[in-house]
Amino acid sequence: MRIFDGFKQQIGLAMAGKKNPWGKPNENGDGDGSDSSGESSSDDKPDGPGKDGPRNPWLPGGGGSDDGKRRSASIEDIFKNRGPEGPRRAGGGGGPTLRMPERPGGGSWLPVLLVGAAAVWVIFSSVHFIQPGEQATVTRFGGKYVDSFSQGTNWSLPYPIDIVEIENVEAARIEEVPSKLILTGDQNLVDLSYSVRWNINDLSLFQFQLADPIETVREAAETAMRASVAEKTLDTVISGEGRADIQGNVQTRMQGILDAYGAGISVLGVEVDKTDPPESVVEAFNDVLAAQQDAERELNGARRYSQRLLARAEGDAEQFNQIYGEYRLAPQVTRRRMYYETMEAVLSRTDKTIIDADGVTPYLPLREVERRSAEPAAPATGGQ
Amino acid sequence: MNSIWTRFRLPIIAAIVALAATASTLFVTPETQQAVIIRTGEPQDIVNMYNPEDPYGLTGAGIWWRIPFVDRVQMVERRVLDLDMDNEQVLTSDQQRLRVNAYARYRIIQPVTMIERAGDESRLNVQLARILRSALRQELGRRTFASLLTAERGNAMSRIRETLDTQSREYGAQIIDVRIKAADLPEGTPLQAAFTRMISERQEQAETIRAQGRKNAQIIRAEADAQAASTYAAAYGKDPDFYDFYRAMESYRQTFINGEGDSTMVLDADNEYFNQFNGR
Repeated sequence: MRIFDGFKQQIGLAMAGKKNPWGKPNENGDGDGSDSSGESSSDDKPDGPGKDGPRNPWLPGGGGSDDGKRRSASIEDIFKNRGPEGPRRAGGGGGPTLRMPERPGGGSWLPVLLVGAAAVWVIFSSVHFIQPGEQATVTRFGGKYVDSFSQGTNWSLPYPIDIVEIENVEAARIEEVPSKLILTGDQNLVDLSYSVRWNINDLSLFQFQLADPIETVREAAETAMRASVAEKTLDTVISGEGRADIQGNVQTRMQGILDAYGAGISVLGVEVDKTDPPESVVEAFNDVLAAQQDAERELNGARRYSQRLLARAEGDAEQFNQIYGEYRLAPQVTRRRMYYETMEAVLSRTDKTIIDADGVTPYLPLREVERRSAEPAAPATGGQ
Repeated sequence: MNSIWTRFRLPIIAAIVALAATASTLFVTPETQQAVIIRTGEPQDIVNMYNPEDPYGLTGAGIWWRIPFVDRVQMVERRVLDLDMDNEQVLTSDQQRLRVNAYARYRIIQPVTMIERAGDESRLNVQLARILRSALRQELGRRTFASLLTAERGNAMSRIRETLDTQSREYGAQIIDVRIKAADLPEGTPLQAAFTRMISERQEQAETIRAQGRKNAQIIRAEADAQAASTYAAAYGKDPDFYDFYRAMESYRQTFINGEGDSTMVLDADNEYFNQFNGR
């Protein structure tokens, strides 16, 4: 194969070299044909080199002013230029107008250049510097797998023979899975998003085993996640207590699935990012939180009441005990004293009507009573 | 330059011819493909046919030859291929509609059979998808909704896999795995009903919490009442008669002094209060 390539290159260069003296090398494509076989060119090839319209090669001096890009063709030119190809000049002689610069020894530079280019090619495509964390597989002509490279300097056969594919195997690749509704074990739905970190543990399997390894990772992740969530109740998923469990389960399950396919992938970890109730039931979930607050508030109110009541009871009891202690020392006197004091306080504040005499019909000044009871009411309404 | 051509004209022409001959004779089979050589319509040979025992490097991949213009080479995938089935409506045995996403992984193990029966990979995929769909409906139709959510899925999976595998062998493919990615409630009424049920569950939970709160508060109050009563009883029980007097006095003050409204009293002169007043 390489030999053929070499020949191809030689041929290519030979052709290119022939055109060189005529001018711009980028017109190579057509220049060759039109220049060296002038008879057939021009008239039927309007888009020939020069691009300035058709040209009749038979007109003498027609294009004479052209700065060497194109000469008018004479019979002599035709034969001269066809020389190398034409059978008439097979023995050489006459000499071509184009020449490579010559080596001091008189030989051509061409083989030297060819060998040099080939050497550079071989070296550059044979040595491979595999960076840390990378690996490479080598296939012969893109077919048979022949070798794996790990980090460092590695040698292979030059390019078309050995094809080297380098891949980073250590770096964690992250597969983000956007949030989706997933059924839990108690037939509720949870809005869950997660990500999977993975890398390659066997590059040849990764490259040759699965048609679409990344899609496989995604599908295995989804399968494993749904299976794991279906084992849990909604509350354990949402509260986060089941989260570590789920992550571990998913990782184990995924790894099992991928290993069964021989995917050459290892799952480094699964992270659950978000676990929420579905949007349309969030309000009801918030109400549960509110209910907890309400219940707490209720309890606080009751505790406040009981503190007040107990303190009051103890205060009253203590008050009674104190007085009772005194009372025990002098019951009669204390009792009377309390009676008079109370009566005094009470009667001093009230209107009193005292009725004495058995024969007198008691007369109650009801009119007076009515007036008095109306009085406080009037200013009260007026004041407002 | 010309001298090269002149000198090596024949070798160059020979090389070109050889190159062309080689290019049309040799072909490269990558590790990921199996090559079927078809000679005038008849499968002749398989290069790099899948065999689980061959490690990579010893599989037969690489350069192989054919007779130009007579042999046609058809490449067939050797890797594990995807078969996806998305959003398929399935009715479970308890008449619950389900939206199922499933996938299968398969490999072409008989490339010749595959070419004969299906033609190429994409047509094979269409055929297998049809089989998967019907196998899935059939199997899930026997199960209840609840059983599909849980571990029993595994059982359903392996049965679907067997059914699918038997049929896909006829196409030269082997089913490696079948998985239900998701068995969901379909959009619309079933999903909405599930949401409504979730909401009502939460409402129940919230109401329970509130009722429990109220109950506990009531208990705390009752306990406080009881404790206060016992405190009072312990103190006042020492002398019920004095308590009666003491409490009456307090009550009078409370009623006539702190109470609202003016009071008018009509008192009999025989009242105990006037004992001394009457000179008795």
